[in-house]
Amino acid sequence: MVSVLEGLPQSGLELMYLVAAVMFIQGLRDMTHPRTAVRGNGLSAGGMALAVVVTVLYTGLFSLPLLGAALLIGTAVGVWLAVSVETTEMPQLVGLFNGFGGGASALVAGAELVDIAGPSSAALTVELTTTAAIAGIIGSVTLVGSFVAAGKLHGLVGDWPFDARLGHAIKAALFAVAVLAGLALVVRTALGTAPLAPWVPTYWLLVGAAALLGVVLVYPIGGADMPVVIALLNSYSGLAAATTGFVLNNTALIVAGTLVGASGLILTVIMCESMNRSLTNVLFGGLGGSESSEDQPDIYEGNITETSPEEVTMMLEVADRVVIVPGYGMAVAQAQHAVADLAATLADNGVDVEFGIHPVAGRMPGHMNALLAEADVHYEKMRELEEVNPTFSETDVVLITGANDVVNPSANEDSDSPIAGMPVLEVWDAGSVIVNKRSLSHGFAGIPNPLFAKSNTSMLFGDAKDSMQELLAQYQEATE
Amino acid sequence: MTLVENLTLFVLAAFVGYEIITKIPTNLHTPLMSGANAISGITLLGSVVVIAGSGETTLLATVLGFIAVVMATINVVGGYLVSHFMLAEFGGQ
Repeated sequence: MVSVLEGLPQSGLELMYLVAAVMFIQGLRDMTHPRTAVRGNGLSAGGMALAVVVTVLYTGLFSLPLLGAALLIGTAVGVWLAVSVETTEMPQLVGLFNGFGGGASALVAGAELVDIAGPSSAALTVELTTTAAIAGIIGSVTLVGSFVAAGKLHGLVGDWPFDARLGHAIKAALFAVAVLAGLALVVRTALGTAPLAPWVPTYWLLVGAAALLGVVLVYPIGGADMPVVIALLNSYSGLAAATTGFVLNNTALIVAGTLVGASGLILTVIMCESMNRSLTNVLFGGLGGSESSEDQPDIYEGNITETSPEEVTMMLEVADRVVIVPGYGMAVAQAQHAVADLAATLADNGVDVEFGIHPVAGRMPGHMNALLAEADVHYEKMRELEEVNPTFSETDVVLITGANDVVNPSANEDSDSPIAGMPVLEVWDAGSVIVNKRSLSHGFAGIPNPLFAKSNTSMLFGDAKDSMQELLAQYQEATE
Repeated sequence: MTLVENLTLFVLAAFVGYEIITKIPTNLHTPLMSGANAISGITLLGSVVVIAGSGETTLLATVLGFIAVVMATINVVGGYLVSHFMLAEFGGQ
């Protein structure tokens, strides 16, 4: 294999990596506004293409059909997954992609060890084995953990069947095995013991233990916390890439991996704050509520007002300002188009319509915005929590569809509630509150919602899509 | 480059990342997550370098590298495409 650019100095490659790094950073900067975000994503993708192309040219892989085949297979699968997925399934897809990235890191580190320990018998350095061990552990945890997380979000993986303490013990044991295997690798490198080949199985022991650790870490975590886990694993996969960069002495990997590590960590913290949960709580504790479910009949009994699309239509006819609060239930019912149509029709009749969006409405921060944008709801009409909360007192009708915990007044009123202190949409300040839900069942938090029993709240029971379509038809008929 | 030089790069990149990412609004967080995810597929480069090796690459290393390239490419291509689809909805307005 002869490199196409063999005559050029190594600094040319480094320079191209610098250009790629600048493209990644500028790409992220463009993501700070929706208008420039498409360009930013393109710029980032361009940086990736540049980095890959120059690496291939410099390493002399240009003639290798093997690389072409691998790239082709990967591209085909990636395109197929991206095109075939529903917007509601986005979080699990992101999780899945993430797992592939982590897995690749672990395999690369392994391949490098195998390669160096093989016939070439190049010198193993302590730096190399240390970073390979770290990439192996993080990469394997990311690969398997992400798959379990995606499975949970997709409803394929159920609840952890064992005792929580047993889970913690297994975690500790697996972590110990992985770390000890890593230490063994490093110590043997430091001692310089020959031959090198028998060392490699230790690496696979490390990978195996870390993979099992990934299962045990994610399996017991509740479905509602999965997006936080995915963000955290995203951060890990970035760190794994950065670590691989240390192994291979590759600046592009270090810079890009670090950017991803930072972004994943920041998103994790933001999500935890939006749900008023600590990271330790997400990772090790459940969001309890089974005991408080006993209070449910007392709260709701005799205080529930049921309404009908006809009645809601009458309220909407006389309303000047309407705020729609969408939740994951709306997304699951694929009701975003019906909701968007209703909002557009209301606006055509001179009603001031806005959407109130909780930071973690849907499954990830911004997930609901993406869903609504898909249904042609204008970006300017989507209001964030801090913006929309002060306006509820001037709102005639709040229409909540498929949302539950994000409009629960217990967060403000009940200091013993599991969601106490969580920022919520203060919809109860509005003239009338309509809650569209299939039943009085709990949301993710597993606790009753006193909002349903308030005097200005009416329940519109039914599937979000059917209810919104019915509402739209009634309203159009009434205002014609 | 030495470990210390690499470490310097790592720390500086972490600061740059923090400064930029905290400025990205909530409604773009989902596309950000899948876009950042795609960037983590930069591991692909590592895979490419390993596959290339020194010319003496063992069969096992080549097989591992091949699988790694496939996985990393899925991550990169899929991640950027998903982000693009989401952002195109916002940008088209």
